Amino acid sequence: MAELRSEEMVLNVGPQHPSTHGVFRLVVTLDGEQIVDADPVVGYLHRGTEKLAEDLQYTQIIPYTDRLDYLSSMLNNYALVHTVEYAMDLEVPARAEYLRIIVMELNRVASHLVFTGTYLLDLGAMSPFLYAFMERETIVELFNEICGARLTYNYMRVGGVKWDAPAGWLQKVRDFIPHMREKMRMYHNLISGNEIFLDRVKGIGVITQEDAISFAMSGVNLRSTGINWDLRKNVPYGIYDQFDFNVIVAEHGDCLDRYWIHMKEIEESLKIVEQALDKISEGPVLGKVPKMIRVPAGEYYRGIEGSRGELGVYIVSDGKDKPYRLKLRRPSFVNLQILKKMLIGQNMANLIAILGAVDIVLGEVDG
Amino acid sequence: MFHWESTPLTGLSFLGMVIGAVVVLLIALAVVTYAIYFERKFIGWMQLRIGPNRVGPFGLFQSFADILKLLIKEDVIPDKADRIMFLLAPVIAFVPSFMVLAVIPFSSTHVFTAGLNVGVLYYLAISAITILGVVLGGWASNNKYSLIGGMRSAAQMISYEIPLGLSIVGVVLLSGSLNMNVIVAHQAKMWFIIPQIIGFVVFIIAGLAELNRTPFDLPEAESELVAGYHTEYSGFRFAFFMLTEYVYAFALAALATTLFLGGWSGPFLPSWLWFVIKTAAVIFFLFWVRATMPRMRGDQLMSFAWKVLIPVALFNLLLTGGLYLL
Repeated sequence: MAELRSEEMVLNVGPQHPSTHGVFRLVVTLDGEQIVDADPVVGYLHRGTEKLAEDLQYTQIIPYTDRLDYLSSMLNNYALVHTVEYAMDLEVPARAEYLRIIVMELNRVASHLVFTGTYLLDLGAMSPFLYAFMERETIVELFNEICGARLTYNYMRVGGVKWDAPAGWLQKVRDFIPHMREKMRMYHNLISGNEIFLDRVKGIGVITQEDAISFAMSGVNLRSTGINWDLRKNVPYGIYDQFDFNVIVAEHGDCLDRYWIHMKEIEESLKIVEQALDKISEGPVLGKVPKMIRVPAGEYYRGIEGSRGELGVYIVSDGKDKPYRLKLRRPSFVNLQILKKMLIGQNMANLIAILGAVDIVLGEVDG
Repeated sequence: MFHWESTPLTGLSFLGMVIGAVVVLLIALAVVTYAIYFERKFIGWMQLRIGPNRVGPFGLFQSFADILKLLIKEDVIPDKADRIMFLLAPVIAFVPSFMVLAVIPFSSTHVFTAGLNVGVLYYLAISAITILGVVLGGWASNNKYSLIGGMRSAAQMISYEIPLGLSIVGVVLLSGSLNMNVIVAHQAKMWFIIPQIIGFVVFIIAGLAELNRTPFDLPEAESELVAGYHTEYSGFRFAFFMLTEYVYAFALAALATTLFLGGWSGPFLPSWLWFVIKTAAVIFFLFWVRATMPRMRGDQLMSFAWKVLIPVALFNLLLTGGLYLL
């Protein structure tokens, strides 16, 4: 029989593609439906945040952090102000600390909800997306009440937070928790047991522990491989050592595990919010901070557990009111690096399942 | 009872046939228009949205607005496309979808129905032609997404045609006829869904796959393939493909009604109304599934057809045959 001529096909996915979650481009070389090479192209959303920060005072940088991982702006705010506070050795009032914990964990819930929704949308199920956004909407409305914005909060300041919680806000948060727990049961009913969903994610996109470590992965992606590493527990910052919560760890490192960790972490975050609501007391929300914030000369790094992994801020200061150099460790960008290795050898249909489960936000990837 | 095949072919009866066919065509178009509207409305409600509500009261004219929009759009033919096949593909896909409606018994009078001896076979054979249109469309577009989409569709539709056919054979065994009118008449005492419950399940699953609907809507897996085989189609050619899909949804619901749910038979209400109710219920089920399920993966889809559905359908056939002999 004569040899059939066959050739590899180059398929360009993105940057305008419905399931790259933004402007992410992937040049895939296909042999039939099998991926033989994948080349991620990033940078379409690059705004030069790090460079811009060099010309800005520390308070002015905060709104720029909102726009990194725009699904969890509160956490980004915190990463920056926390590092500055750490460098200047500032005291933060107790109420501000608790308010920060509440908004950060709520933000983590909202971010994980978006992950669940969009991931299922990528896999072809429409409804979970809209359900997840319904719950997220409640959280976003709560944020709107406390800081006046739905997406770019700009809520935290060096030394505390900008606004105290309005009257009745804490009660609203308290009411939201049982509501959210109820909804979690619905999600599990709708998604977690679905045979088609399990077939598509089980054993797909497996990351080994060695790979996860050598690619410097963090967050859910790292924990899905069985490594118990959560900065909230391992390197406690702020007042996280006062809370009782579990670090969710899975063992297989596949897409299903990553989905499960997201779901379970929502429940753990709700636990933290609940405890913070019990402990919060009256008091000032902004500590004594010098009029001009000058970070003493030197190099400072603090990492926090963002909703996508270790979100680090590295400040090089020469003692002025602006950083000499600001480096952001953006977890989406770091986690994305393993994508090529994960994709090669996979079926084309798994591409979306794998890319979705890495859980990237392009604002953060491109900086 | 009136039957076209027992009337001699005269000018008058021919005219009657033409009128009947045109009426069926118009009914099908109306059904499709409102199937699309109700699909969007129902899924909207299921997803905590309100669905279309701008055009006309409750958005009732939304589908007309959409069709009108598609009709006045520019008809783009890509430079590199195979022109003749590109133009022909939607027609090849679309025409059979209306042809299959000829054998569906809509009501007890049979005015709009060809009481074909081989009605079931006719349905399966004619509906298979659509696959050709889909593959041609995918090939002629000269686009990677279209090609993969078209190939997937072909593989899927051919694979699922077998369990679909096998699941129908059980009904044919019980009624002893391929004529849909006779099949309906046989269900006067008991709907075939009861003795043929396995067959019905296989039929619905294979039917969903035939229709390229969720969870088997791979050919148009938006997140992977943009729009599948009709990526390059726009304007009314795109409308043709969409129309094909919805006419088949209607046809398949009608077929399920006829074969398993007792067709137009039912107490008190007029026969056509029973048919409408049952068909609407099946169509609603299709919407419901779409709002619930994620999409299957290509290879899983294939192994599901060949390793699960076909053996189950064969088993059902064996069971039916055995019971029939007893």
